[in-house]
Amino acid sequence: MEGEALLSRFTVEVLVTPRPGLLDPQGKAIHHALASLGYDTIEDVRVGKAIYLDVAAGSPAEATERVEEACRKLLANPVTEDFRVTAAAGGTETAAGGVR
Amino acid sequence: MRVAVITFPGSNCDQDCYRSVEVAGGTPSYVWHRETSLGDADAVIVPGGFAHGDYLRPGAIARFSPIMDAVIAFGRDGGLVVGICNGFQVLCEAGMLPGALLRNRSLRFQSHDCHLRVERTGTPFTADYLRGQVLRMPLSHADGNYYADPETLAGLEAEGRVVFRYSDDRGDVTQPANPNGSLNNIAGIVNARGNILGMMPHPDRAFEAALGSVDGLPLFRSLVGANVAVGAGNTREVA
Repeated sequence: MEGEALLSRFTVEVLVTPRPGLLDPQGKAIHHALASLGYDTIEDVRVGKAIYLDVAAGSPAEATERVEEACRKLLANPVTEDFRVTAAAGGTETAAGGVR
Repeated sequence: MRVAVITFPGSNCDQDCYRSVEVAGGTPSYVWHRETSLGDADAVIVPGGFAHGDYLRPGAIARFSPIMDAVIAFGRDGGLVVGICNGFQVLCEAGMLPGALLRNRSLRFQSHDCHLRVERTGTPFTADYLRGQVLRMPLSHADGNYYADPETLAGLEAEGRVVFRYSDDRGDVTQPANPNGSLNNIAGIVNARGNILGMMPHPDRAFEAALGSVDGLPLFRSLVGANVAVGAGNTREVA
């Protein structure tokens, strides 16, 4: 429709990681396993999680902003986790928001 | 004393909590997580289990269940709220208690009896215990490793808000007696006002002799006997 913003679909990657200094027992266990396989130059291991979201937005910046808000609210726990949000530069057309 | 027991999809200790309240002389009722009102409840229990499958983080999704707005408002108004195990995780995620429950230091699901030392008796949840009393009750969790930043932790200690600590059977707080890596062996805490309790071990699995321990019953007796209830339908003053 005339005047309606065109939306594209962006794939947004969220990396959630344990905050520095926080005990990460999973990372520690993996570090030990790697050391026992001879990877003695790997000095530390931290384990987080990656979350991928498909977001309809007008720009990568808008998609990133939306997802950062969701991170603060739900996707990461600010007490124990940090997060990093990256939107892929090129969006693809989406049916949402009236793309013609 | 009317006690609302919240049931989420995945709760599995709601019946234990219900029965504990009954045995302690209170009047329990179930409140489904899709409800938006606690009715005339004088106190609320958020029970253990795996609400919403523990997906994302334990308690993270349950914290946004429709009933939680009412639970948060109830606690803010001074109403008595107890979170046990997964319930403790939910209360932390909801910001009703400080800190977080991380994966156990062992990376294992721990399921066994533990000993707790009672650190605080002047709460609506521990009035029927003696200070320094050693309790035995089950614990059952993968994420019970209590963490708070150094400043928060110092505040909890300075304000005497650590209610239970993991100890050995003599009441000595030692690392071997710490089942999950919790900072300062913390097993249970209250909020600054003292009307919200969170704890990982299960008093609701230790309320009659057939269960192997009755050490959890005084907690429910204290709760049921507390005269500080301030519910939505209840205007009694906080003592």
